[in-house]
Amino acid sequence: MAGTAVLGRLTWLVAEVVETRSETPHVRTLVLDVAGWQDHRAGQHVDVRLTAEDGYQAERSYSLASPPGEPPAITVERLDDGEVSPYLVDVAEAGDRFELRGPIGGYFVWEPDGSTDPLFLVAGGSGVVPLMAMIRRRAAAGSDVPATLLCSSRRFEDVIYREELDQLAARGDGLEVVQTLTRAQPPGWAGYSRRVDVELLREVAPAPDQSPRVFVCGPTSFVEAVAEGLVSLGHRPGRIRTERFGGG
Amino acid sequence: MGIVSRGFSGRGRSGDSERLPPGQYRTRDFPVLSAGPTPHTPLDEWSFTIEGGDQPVRWTWDEFRALPSETVTKDIHCVTKWSKFDTEWEGVAIDILLESVDHDHAYAIAFCDGGYTTNLPLEDVTDGKAWIAFAYGGEPLDPEHGGPARLLVPHLYFWKSAKWVRGLSLRDEDEPGFWETNGYHNYGDPWREQRYWGD
Repeated sequence: MAGTAVLGRLTWLVAEVVETRSETPHVRTLVLDVAGWQDHRAGQHVDVRLTAEDGYQAERSYSLASPPGEPPAITVERLDDGEVSPYLVDVAEAGDRFELRGPIGGYFVWEPDGSTDPLFLVAGGSGVVPLMAMIRRRAAAGSDVPATLLCSSRRFEDVIYREELDQLAARGDGLEVVQTLTRAQPPGWAGYSRRVDVELLREVAPAPDQSPRVFVCGPTSFVEAVAEGLVSLGHRPGRIRTERFGGG
Repeated sequence: MGIVSRGFSGRGRSGDSERLPPGQYRTRDFPVLSAGPTPHTPLDEWSFTIEGGDQPVRWTWDEFRALPSETVTKDIHCVTKWSKFDTEWEGVAIDILLESVDHDHAYAIAFCDGGYTTNLPLEDVTDGKAWIAFAYGGEPLDPEHGGPARLLVPHLYFWKSAKWVRGLSLRDEDEPGFWETNGYHNYGDPWREQRYWGD
């Protein structure tokens, strides 16, 4: 559990891109081959370091999308004013290499541990990435702990992992996937069509008396709104774990 | 120098390098990093306590705000890689608070609303190196950024500058806090890039 694992020094490892997968027009998954990689836990992240020919370096953190036991994969959203994400989304191809260290983080993690408390996962945009690692972990482990994933995206084409999530939800093993599209909806859209608010959380989240374990990841304003909404509905703050990415 | 990534050139090299610790980049935003929901403690229920002396010393909000404060301008460095230059804070120096406490301890744990803790050597929060900040950019500190008051220890990674701080517990022994037991470095010097265990 959190805090008990003793890690050695996290050295920089060489990651080679073995596969790229376009998830949305702005988001791509890179599957990596990392010599010396130690297995990770669902929810952890890595630091990526790029080096230019003149020695200039840039580092950023990215959540792992793959479940434990599988090769590390990161899913990256291109930020228009970004320095590292445009390279990872638009430039890097199979065979390209960069440096990476991890896995990192011992708090925003989930493992099937026998608890039957439901899982409530709330994603704003690419905040779904570490939550997807949890969902994949849950499926791979054959866990039937009740789980609800609430994803907020702008448009239908921006929904990351949409087809895989539909397939996982169709397995009937207790996973429910709820989508809300905040900016535009396709004809006949059956999901939600607004930003996540308290009323939406009341309808979608497990009741507080079920003591759900909650993970929220997204932009700061999204995480603030969701966490405050859940607290106002009676969920215990100590059950709500958050991860935020700031600014842009 | 690491392995060169084909096709990566990076943004224009800024003139910030002397002020940027290794692995950091400069941001003009003020991103937020928190492990859970933002607490909202009303000022009439707020207090600040230092434990570990002969007896606990406690200040109400009004008593705390009546203490001498100062405005400081500092660069801050988050372990998630952003650095922000010239941030302006107003706060009470820890030195002022410790004047009221008789003790001979060497370490402190900051404790906070929401259950967060972080550990610091006392020598890193004394001699004008740390404050309990209650204003940012001339405005009361926003809850999202740790208001009503947060610890400010700008020479260490910013997770040491605990948000929603409610007190310090003085100790003889160093004892890892929240992030420090969750994979992050016990001391957290950005200039030595002490991000994680073993760095």
